[in-house]
Amino acid sequence: MTIEIAQMYKSFGRTEVLRGIDLTVANGELVALLGPSGSGKTTLLKIIAGLDWPDRGGLAFDGQDWLQLSPQDRRIGFVFQNYALFPQMTVRDNIAFGLTVRPRGERPAKAQIASRVNELLGFLQIDALGDRYPAQLSGGQRQRVALGRALAIEPTVLLLDEPFGALDAAVRRDLRRWLRGVHDAMGTTTIFVTHDQEEAFELADRVVVMNHGRIEQIGNAATIHDAPATPFIADFMGATIHLPVAVREGRIGGAGIDAAHLPTADLPNGPAQLFVRPEDLLPIPDPSGPWSVSSVTNTGSQLRLILSDASGTEIPADLRRRSPGAQGLTPGVRVHLRPEAGSVFPAETV
Amino acid sequence: MSAAAAPSVRARRVLPGFRLTLGTTVLYLSVIVLIPIIALVLKGAGIGPGRFWDMVTAPRTLASFRITIVAAAIATTINAVYGLLMAWVLVRYEFPGKRLLDALMDIPFALPTAVAGLSLTALYSANGWFGALLDPLGLQVVYSLGGIVLAMSFTSIPFVVRAVQPVLEELDPAYEQAAATLGAGSWTTFRRVVFPAIMPAWLGGVSTSFARSLGEFGAVVFIAGNLPFQTEVASLLAYIRIEEYDYEGAAAIALVLMVLALVVLLASNIVQFRATRHGGRSL
Repeated sequence: MTIEIAQMYKSFGRTEVLRGIDLTVANGELVALLGPSGSGKTTLLKIIAGLDWPDRGGLAFDGQDWLQLSPQDRRIGFVFQNYALFPQMTVRDNIAFGLTVRPRGERPAKAQIASRVNELLGFLQIDALGDRYPAQLSGGQRQRVALGRALAIEPTVLLLDEPFGALDAAVRRDLRRWLRGVHDAMGTTTIFVTHDQEEAFELADRVVVMNHGRIEQIGNAATIHDAPATPFIADFMGATIHLPVAVREGRIGGAGIDAAHLPTADLPNGPAQLFVRPEDLLPIPDPSGPWSVSSVTNTGSQLRLILSDASGTEIPADLRRRSPGAQGLTPGVRVHLRPEAGSVFPAETV
Repeated sequence: MSAAAAPSVRARRVLPGFRLTLGTTVLYLSVIVLIPIIALVLKGAGIGPGRFWDMVTAPRTLASFRITIVAAAIATTINAVYGLLMAWVLVRYEFPGKRLLDALMDIPFALPTAVAGLSLTALYSANGWFGALLDPLGLQVVYSLGGIVLAMSFTSIPFVVRAVQPVLEELDPAYEQAAATLGAGSWTTFRRVVFPAIMPAWLGGVSTSFARSLGEFGAVVFIAGNLPFQTEVASLLAYIRIEEYDYEGAAAIALVLMVLALVVLLASNIVQFRATRHGGRSL
């Protein structure tokens, strides 16, 4: 039961939302579509569900052309961002909805529907809520009901749009672990959309990073974090400091930057940009260094330094307060930079 | 310092002008609405139960009630269906002239009812545009129950449209999309998801439309022909009683109309309350 998306394009008026998406999702996989808002991830999810249509491209499920099928015929379990629970129905009726609207011939008997709903209420750990109305539930409970309603129809694919977006941080963490458990128990192929990296990496088998309607990289936490494929990913993954450097014979150099130890992945000689995370940037006291510490903020465990150079450019650096390297870094001290990790991209691609 | 010595604090309202605005509005409501209704009730009560009963069960009065209620019920049924359809079209589709059509929906409210009555009469009389077509078929609208229904539905259609429109506009499309992914066809989705959401507002509009039709006078008298026992509506009969200086007779008829309208509105409010207590919304 694989989903195959091929060369998919979609525009809203003049805005190109999807620009050639190719993606295959294997049976039973849990995939995250990660990207900033406007990257096209929700549109892609809605196209898979049949709630939107591409301008060009293919969408096949086990070889069956889904672009010929209405959403009703795809048997998709879709969990909406705001859950879209039917407000005038009880939790029980919400979960049963997909079964009760089946054509007479395929519709399970009333008792069968009731027992299926009970089973799901138990599985989702919301037994006590069956007779409540959505307005009487908390956000986390609604999320569970929405998932129950989607699972009741035994979907071919489960799609979730920002499933934890409307919840507070603690509930979010709990539900994330719980959803992973649900997926492992049901084995349903699942795709969810998120803009939260932590959520994507913790929950998904594979993360698909999207930007401006294209897939920039597909991988797991380690590969995307340590080896970002594009400058966008590096920046999106937190490497927000961009330093101009030069590559010469496989070594990185720059004024006041000690980066010769970083791998360059066989970059050609020439100007390049080094992308570094604030926590990977180590300022080393150096009277002839081009940077000086302009402010130090103490957050208890961390020190956040703002460094500036003669041109007024400011960059942040985060250090553990008790680390040996953090000692002696007070405002006014001149430093050079030693990036502990980072990614280099040729200047023309940035 | 002991707790007892702490001065007590009087809570103050943050928004100013509460007393002034509430006082003004309640006073105005009393003068314009409440006092006339009380006066009517007192006038009716002064008649005495026996005579009151005789007055409202007089054959001509009973006939006028029957005509009014039947015509208002038919007009409201038409409005209930047409108004829902109109609101649906105005909210769900984009088409040239949509704003104009939307503005046209206010005409029945803006137009003096007498003007509406006169133009309807002119259109449907035997030599009018529509009348000339219908008359040969044996369909007489003017001076018949049909004319009364027409006038009533004309003057009260905006109640339904304007009640349903905003609720339909605010209905999150995700509900219908959710129903579609769960396998519901468009009719099932309308019946089980969309209609329950707009039902309270729709019912509110329908009952207001009915209450308004019960008392419609201006538009009806021109087109109805006003024949006692055939096309004479209750509000006209009350007017005739006034002309005859029979204030008590007029008050008795008016009181019955008022109670009818209030009962309908109350019943509709009860249904709306029940439908919205779980988080749906009402008018």
